[in-house]
Amino acid sequence: MIAQKRNTKVTIAEIFVILAALLFLAPFYFVIVNSLKPFGEILKNAASLPQVFAWSNYSNAIEKINFVKVLCNSLIITTLSVFLLVIFGSMTSWWIVRHKSKLTTILFFAFVAAMITPFQSIMIPLMRVVTKLHFVNTRIGLIIVYMGYSTPFTVFLYHGFIKSVPLQLEEAAIIDGCNTLQIFFHIVIPLIKSMTVTVLILQALLIWNDFLLPLLILSKKDLHTIPLAVFSFFGQYTNRWDYALATLVLGMLPIVIFFLLLQKYVVAGVRSGSVKG
Amino acid sequence: MTLMKKTGLTLLFIGPASIFFILIIAYPFFSGIYYSFTEWNGVNAKPIWVGMRNFIEIFKEDSQFFASFWFTVRFTVTTLILTNVLAFTFALILIQPIKSRGPLRTVFFLPNVIGGVLLGFIWRFILVNGFGTIGELTNLQVFMLPWLGSPETGFWGIVIVYTWRSVGYLMIIYIAHLLNIDTHLLEAAKIDGASSFGMFSKIILPLSMSAITVCLFLVLSWTFKSFDIVLSLTAGGPFRSTETVALNIYYEAFSYNNFGIGSAKSLIYFILVGGVTMLQVRFTKSREVEV
Repeated sequence: MIAQKRNTKVTIAEIFVILAALLFLAPFYFVIVNSLKPFGEILKNAASLPQVFAWSNYSNAIEKINFVKVLCNSLIITTLSVFLLVIFGSMTSWWIVRHKSKLTTILFFAFVAAMITPFQSIMIPLMRVVTKLHFVNTRIGLIIVYMGYSTPFTVFLYHGFIKSVPLQLEEAAIIDGCNTLQIFFHIVIPLIKSMTVTVLILQALLIWNDFLLPLLILSKKDLHTIPLAVFSFFGQYTNRWDYALATLVLGMLPIVIFFLLLQKYVVAGVRSGSVKG
Repeated sequence: MTLMKKTGLTLLFIGPASIFFILIIAYPFFSGIYYSFTEWNGVNAKPIWVGMRNFIEIFKEDSQFFASFWFTVRFTVTTLILTNVLAFTFALILIQPIKSRGPLRTVFFLPNVIGGVLLGFIWRFILVNGFGTIGELTNLQVFMLPWLGSPETGFWGIVIVYTWRSVGYLMIIYIAHLLNIDTHLLEAAKIDGASSFGMFSKIILPLSMSAITVCLFLVLSWTFKSFDIVLSLTAGGPFRSTETVALNIYYEAFSYNNFGIGSAKSLIYFILVGGVTMLQVRFTKSREVEV
C-alpha cells in the first residue's frame, strides 16, 4: 500500500493531490484578493489581482463590526468555557471511572445519550430555562450553557483515557497519606495532560465557531462574538462585498493563526477525539 | 472514609458537571417532550395542553417540514459519499513518500477550523461572483449556471461547501488508520499475486471498516444537524428549497413563535436522528473485520 520509493504512479498521484489542494485553496484566494479591491473592481473581475489596494476596506470593517471588542468577547467566552470544562469534566470522569456504582453508571450513560441528541431537540425549552435564570445577554450565562452542553463530550473523551491510566500511582499516593483532592490534582491531572490538550483544542474550536447559542442568548451588540458579528454585519450590508470580504478575512484570521501555530496538537486532537465510542 | 466524607467528595467531583448537565440538557429535553403536546407562543407565555394536535397538524398540513426532511436526507447521502471517497483517496496518496505531504495535509484540513457562518458567506461570494467571473473567462457552462438561484444549484452549493469543509478532518482519521494496517498482510498478498485492486477491495477496505464507521458517523451528525452554513449560504432559499430540518425548526420557533409545534417537530427529529444513528453504527459495525 505504501510505495517503497517514488515511482511514476506515485508522481501521478502527487500531481493529482497538488491540483486538488490548489482547488481547496482557491476560495481563500478569491476572498483575500477581493477584500483588497474597491467595490466596482470586484464586480468587474473577481479573479484578477487588485489594481489599487483598498486598505480602507479593512479599517471600515474593523470599525463596523467593532472588531477589537468582538474579538475580546470571543476570547473571554472561549477561554473561560474550556478552562471550566476541563476542570469539571476531568473531575467527573475520574470519579466515574474510579468509583463504579449505579449512580455513576447512569450518569455516564446519560452523557453518552446526550451526545447523539441534536441541539434542536433541547433548543426551545432551553430558551425558557435561559430566560427564567436571567442568562439572556450575559457572557456568564452563555458560559454556563456551554458547561452543560459540552460536558458530555468532554467526559466521554476523558473517560476513555482515564480507563487506560494504571492505578498503581494513585494507590501508592494513598499509602503515602495523600487525600483524594491531592491525589486528583497532584497525581491524576499530570497523568492525563495529553487528553487535556485534546479536550482544550477540540472544545475551543467548537465554542469559538459556535453560532446558534450566541445568536439565541446574546442579542446585545456589545456582547457579540465573531460569528455573530459577521452574521449581523451581512444582515445590514447585503452584498456590499468590499466591506464584507474584509470582515470575513478578519473573522477567520485568529482561528487560522491558532491552527497554523498549534497544528500538531490540532491534528493529534482530531485523531484521539475520534476514537470509536 | 466515613460515609459523610464520601458523599461530600462525590458531590464535589460529579456535582458541578451534573448540575449543569441537568439544567442545560436533561431538563430541557424532557420538558420539551411535554411542550410537544401544548400550544405555546413565546418563551414567557404559558403552554396550554392540546394533546396530539401539534403532531396531527404537522403530519397533515406541514408539507414543508417533510420537504426539509427530504432535502436533508438527499444532501446527507450525497455528502456522505463524496466526502468519504475523497478523504480516503487523499489519505491513500498522502501516506506515500511524497515531499509535499505535510503542507498538503495542512491545506486539506484548513477549512475545517473556520466557523460555519463564515464558510457560508465565503462560498456565497465564490458561487455568485467568483463562478460568474470564471465562467466569463473560461466559457465553461457549469460556472455560468445561476448558482444558488435555483433549487439544484442551491443543493450542490451546500454539498460543495460541506465537502470542502469535512474532507480534511476525515482524511486525518483515515491516515491514522491506514498507517496502522499491518503491512505484512499486504506483502503476503502481493507474493500470492494479488492485484492492486484486489488488495484494495479484499484487504485494505475490509480492514478499514472501523475507521469508515467513525467517519460515516461524523459526517452524518454534521450534515443531519446542519444549520449555520446553510443559513449563511442560502438561508434555505430559493423558495425554501434548501431548508434543512434544523433550519425549519428554528424558523418555526423563533420566526413564527410556534414553540409548541417547534417542540413537536424536534421530538420527531430526535427520534429519527437517534434511530438512523443506531442503525448506521450497527450496520457498519457488523462489517468490521478483526485481525
